[in-house]
Amino acid sequence: MIEIKKLTKQADNKLILRGVDLSIHKGETVGILGPNGAGKSTLLKVLASLIKPTSGMIKINGLDLKKDSLEIKKILGYLPHSSLLYDHYSPLENLVFFGNIYGVKNVEQKAAELVKEVGLSFFLNEPVKNFSRGMIQRIAIARAIIHEPEVLLLDEPHTGLDQGAIAILNNVILSMKEKGTTTLMVTHDFKQAAEICDRIVIVKNGKIVDDFRIENSSLGYVSQKYELQVEGVS
Amino acid sequence: MNLFRTAFLLAQKDLYSELKTKQILVTQIIFAGLVIVVFSFAFDPANNTTKAVIPGIIWVIIVFSGILGLNRSFISEQRNDTMQGLLVAPMEAASIYLGKFLANFAMILVVEIVSVPFLFLLFDFKFLGSFPYFLLVIFLGSFGFIAIGTFLAALAANSKSSEMLLPLLLFPITTPILIGVVQATKIILTNMDQFSSALAWIQLVTAYDVIFFVVCFLLIDYVLEV
Repeated sequence: MIEIKKLTKQADNKLILRGVDLSIHKGETVGILGPNGAGKSTLLKVLASLIKPTSGMIKINGLDLKKDSLEIKKILGYLPHSSLLYDHYSPLENLVFFGNIYGVKNVEQKAAELVKEVGLSFFLNEPVKNFSRGMIQRIAIARAIIHEPEVLLLDEPHTGLDQGAIAILNNVILSMKEKGTTTLMVTHDFKQAAEICDRIVIVKNGKIVDDFRIENSSLGYVSQKYELQVEGVS
Repeated sequence: MNLFRTAFLLAQKDLYSELKTKQILVTQIIFAGLVIVVFSFAFDPANNTTKAVIPGIIWVIIVFSGILGLNRSFISEQRNDTMQGLLVAPMEAASIYLGKFLANFAMILVVEIVSVPFLFLLFDFKFLGSFPYFLLVIFLGSFGFIAIGTFLAALAANSKSSEMLLPLLLFPITTPILIGVVQATKIILTNMDQFSSALAWIQLVTAYDVIFFVVCFLLIDYVLEV
């Protein structure tokens, strides 16, 4: 589904990504862990075609990111730190706007269903600017999946969420997984990563230093591996 | 077709936002009103020489109220990083440019529709020239100014002092358009005998509009990268 070969990204004479090689199969949920400044978010931004790579090759669904970026964008859902929502618009208006851009059919009905799914149907027509951080994040999740993407890119999606919102987000990710969606999730929350992900990739200094599968949601195993690679503790 | 569809959706979104917030258009119209009132005090409407300043006043209104709108055009997309939302969506950078251009152009047309009749009224101006050509000059001048302005607003939006940077970049580049349209407006409003000269100015502005619109359209991809 996603093929990354020898990917590098340089910015201001600093190499952020140093030859990343990664292959992700359809339907996999991959957690990307690593210390601050390791290049995790940059990797996600390159995949979302927000920034151009310096060198290397990326193929998503057999399509080249450089040549077929428009086709790839149709199957990508991206949720960064920011909500990407218009403050003065209501959840419905925000979702309808983005849904229309993606060419979603019956967009109003779909938007209303998603708002209900994230537990905010009472606030369907309230402007987003009046919402709390958790509520905004829920709508942001709905925005990212309005077009039922085949690939979901999540950048620290659990940050600032209460337990209810975390449960909703995890349910959304798991239900998308059941539909065959491939998910890449940058996170610092090992517990959530262990719970949701099938596979963990550890990034350090712009390189992948470990790549392993997890079974039985073993938080201890993830923490042990991370400490070994990042903090040098055995 | 996707290019135009998404551009229209973006323009529609911007205009609907403006309808809800009334931040830009109201400021533009208030500014235009203030300019007209101040100039009507400065120049005696009964004096015939006053008519000579009307073309200048029209373009002062369009240029400065246009800048008020252009400044906000891309900066408004920085809140919550909504520009990233547009860039990850299946729309080309040219589509974002076209959408923003259409919204800015529609807003400046509204300002012109409100302010120009008010200006003529306050200056007791009797229209003797060619009205269709007058509309054509206003359209061409506004088109070129907003086309270049939208591109430069995207460029300046990444700077911390974008509100200062935009006029600094915009005025030198749009000078040929402004000279052309002020000259053409003056001839069309006051002296139709020199119409051939006005036509030459119109041709110059049209060529400038087309060249810069195409250049902006092609280069916007490099400007909008995060």
